[in-house]
Amino acid sequence: MQLFDVVFYVFALITILSGCVVVFSKNIIYAAFSLLFTFFGVAALYVLLHADFLAVTQILIYVGGILVLLLFGVMLTNNVISVEMKTGTIQAIPALIIVAIVAGTLAGLSYSTWKGVAVPAPGGPQTTTGTLGQMLMTSYVIPFEIASVVLLVALIGAAMTARRHRNS
Amino acid sequence: MEIPLSYYLCLSVVLFVVGVAGVLTRRNAIVVFMCIELMLNSVNLTLIAFSSFLGSITGQALVFFAMAVAAAEAAVGLAIVIAIYRNKRTVDIDKINILKW
Repeated sequence: MQLFDVVFYVFALITILSGCVVVFSKNIIYAAFSLLFTFFGVAALYVLLHADFLAVTQILIYVGGILVLLLFGVMLTNNVISVEMKTGTIQAIPALIIVAIVAGTLAGLSYSTWKGVAVPAPGGPQTTTGTLGQMLMTSYVIPFEIASVVLLVALIGAAMTARRHRNS
Repeated sequence: MEIPLSYYLCLSVVLFVVGVAGVLTRRNAIVVFMCIELMLNSVNLTLIAFSSFLGSITGQALVFFAMAVAAAEAAVGLAIVIAIYRNKRTVDIDKINILKW
């Protein structure tokens, strides 16, 4: 077992365990901070897959943006001081059945499709930032601009939605 | 460098299923959001694994756009949750049922 394999297993374990804590923890703050480790684990797996730019983007957007936003949401919608920040579960049995169906379908699909297919392992270390930047500015320039408009509209809409209306 | 593609796919499946379980069972809308982010991350991981193993960088561009849309989704979703909390003083998805027929 080489160092690369050990790193993969460690980060896979971190990702899955902290993902389980997100779902099964009763405390919302624990769930939010456990999500931090999930995002970092996924970012590390991106590095192992030679997606260095996306690993940094993952940390910037998810940890720096979405997680902070979620924490703000937790703080704004739960009474931190008086009420305990617990959350219960609902519909355990139907959820278990649906989860079993989804898990079986996905696992069977990925196993049967990629069981015998010999996929070449990725080559040596390479940086993708330059290539990705050139792609975004040439063949993907229209989706890139549309994504910027989507972000702008979403931010304006979010600000309008969460705003307290003055005359009500 | 001996990790095969199927290991990454297995990891993504586990992460996605954990997210599905959370969306189906949790009652707090914000925890449901976190679980949706888990599912988005697992799909991104799948795309990057395929992109890396197939030697094509297109999957990474797709993940880039998926992240942009995820950021927009989180902002709008949190705004809706906060607006609901302001009106109903709860984020329990069992009690938010005025649109239910």
